[in-house]
Amino acid sequence: MSALLKTVNLERTFGAVTAATDINVELNSGEIVGVIGSNGAGKTTFINMVTGYIQPSGGDILVRGESIIGKSPREVSLAGVGRSFQVAQLFQELTVLDNMLIAFGFSVDRKLSFLNPLRSAEKIEKAQAVLREYEIEQYTDEVVSTLPQGVRKLLDIAMAMLSNPGLMLLDEPTSGVAIEDKFTLMDTVMAAVRKSDAATMFVEHDMEVVLRYADRVLAFYDGRVLADGPTQKVLSDPKVQELVVGHHLDLSDSAPATTKESGHA
Amino acid sequence: MKTKSLALLFILGLAILAGGLLLPQWMSYLFTIAMGKGLVVLGLVLLMRAGLVSFGQGLYYCVGAYVAGMLTQFAEVTDILLILLASISVSVVIAAIIGLLLCRYREIFFAMFSMAFSMILYGLLVRMQVLGSTDGFNVANPSLLGWAPGPEGASDLVLAVAVFLVVSLGILAWRYLNSLSGYAGEAVRENEIRLEYLGGSVFKVVYVKYIIAAALAAIGGTVTALVSGHVDPEMAYWTTSGEFVFIALMGGTAHVAAPIIAAVLFEALRTYAFAVAPYTWQMILGFALLAIILFMPSGLWSLVERFQNKKARKTT
Ligand SMILES: Nc1ncnc2c1ncn2[C@@H]1O[C@H](COP(=O)(O)OP(=O)(O)OP(=O)(O)O)[C@@H](O)[C@H]1O
Ligand SMILES: [Mg+2]
Repeated sequence: MSALLKTVNLERTFGAVTAATDINVELNSGEIVGVIGSNGAGKTTFINMVTGYIQPSGGDILVRGESIIGKSPREVSLAGVGRSFQVAQLFQELTVLDNMLIAFGFSVDRKLSFLNPLRSAEKIEKAQAVLREYEIEQYTDEVVSTLPQGVRKLLDIAMAMLSNPGLMLLDEPTSGVAIEDKFTLMDTVMAAVRKSDAATMFVEHDMEVVLRYADRVLAFYDGRVLADGPTQKVLSDPKVQELVVGHHLDLSDSAPATTKESGHA
Repeated sequence: MKTKSLALLFILGLAILAGGLLLPQWMSYLFTIAMGKGLVVLGLVLLMRAGLVSFGQGLYYCVGAYVAGMLTQFAEVTDILLILLASISVSVVIAAIIGLLLCRYREIFFAMFSMAFSMILYGLLVRMQVLGSTDGFNVANPSLLGWAPGPEGASDLVLAVAVFLVVSLGILAWRYLNSLSGYAGEAVRENEIRLEYLGGSVFKVVYVKYIIAAALAAIGGTVTALVSGHVDPEMAYWTTSGEFVFIALMGGTAHVAAPIIAAVLFEALRTYAFAVAPYTWQMILGFALLAIILFMPSGLWSLVERFQNKKARKTT
């Protein structure tokens, strides 16, 4: 059995900037991985490469043993890789329901019908069931651009999860969300993720959130993987604490340690 | 809502048909021209809802007209159904080829490239002596399934066919816009990246719309050619395409009936403006458009929506 995701000497440069180099990561079904690293460490670049949004300058990316180099985001997503975005990517001027219906049409039904109504009672019911699962049902008829960040983030993730991707990459699911709502949001997302047995990577700046949800942590520093291993082990690594977290983390309690956000606005 | 919309469209069609047949010749002529243009604009609206403004629908309008002209004059085919079939086929083939290139572009590039292709056709037709160069040529009277109504009845025949086309294609367009591939246009307009990540093909969505719009424009051109009895290269000139954009902005894109109603109003307004101010009629049109853009940025159809909202508020 080949790994769900395997990157080999992955590299990406932007002019003189090396956004990723020497990245060798392996991921298997059911794993939940927190991705940490300060601003500009290369976290989003990594996700962008794995989802076909940008092409690596070197190295290889294998999804279930097959290279996805040269594939478009569409092809990669059809290969079972889903993602959410640092800034939620939605159909801004449409309602939450319409966003969901389009997502259903393209990622579940996958049939470009010409005359069947998009808004059939049956389809609306299915869409609402998903909105209920993500606890955003009360926004069904609202236009997305009028909604708070947290709701948009959830909708973004809910839409990406519809196709049941085997690998789900969440880029800062809690950014722009009030501190008191972060855990509620992550609880909802993680419940959905666990149900699907997808391997999940989430980029997160808040170490409390990482501690609570990740089984494994991938720490990026300056385009490289600085550390990769079980959450407790990586977060207690002095090098990680110095270069990534930016201060000492107290991991002795079972309750999440009190930390500040790692030098990040 | 659904059945109401359909009923509305149907009644509108019957009213226009009845009106057109009873009205004086010159008015029913204008009605038919408006139906033809309305179909072109309907296609344009499909593209506009996906965020793409074509300044080149004149290309297919002209193709549809010339196919009708050439079939009646040079091949002695006068059956209106055959003519329609031919102009749809020709326009679809052309659109399928040009669309491969065009549908990769957006915004001003899409607008300008679409205009460029229509100007190429214009240039070709102007140089073709056999097709009458800038003067164009006359189109013979159409027939239907062996029935040739002669010069008097021909315009009534075209009117009836045009109204039938407007109603049936309007219903199909309405259903299309409410289906996944039709509504995906809004998704393309809003966020192409998201659509691609959902596994949807943005290119396919746009390409299909482009071809449908081309076919509608060709049908509109055929109707115009058959009722006016004449075609000329002006139909592919960029001002003709601009007029379609004008009508589309005037009506708005919120409903399939909007472009049809706008086309009727446009023809009426133009005729009126031309009659009262033969030298400055374009200015009147300009002011009309300005007023609409200022006071009804979503087009005349927003009046209907305002009315519907008021009614909804009253009933609740
Ligand atoms: N499209 C681009 N063009 C040029 N440079 C880029 C581009 N995308 C990323 N970079 C650079 O690559 C490096 C890594 O950026 P990346 O967005 O991956 O960081 P990140 O870890 O996601 O940071 P953040 O926490 O701020 O989201 C940065 O130095 C950034 O400036
Ligand atoms: Mg980032």
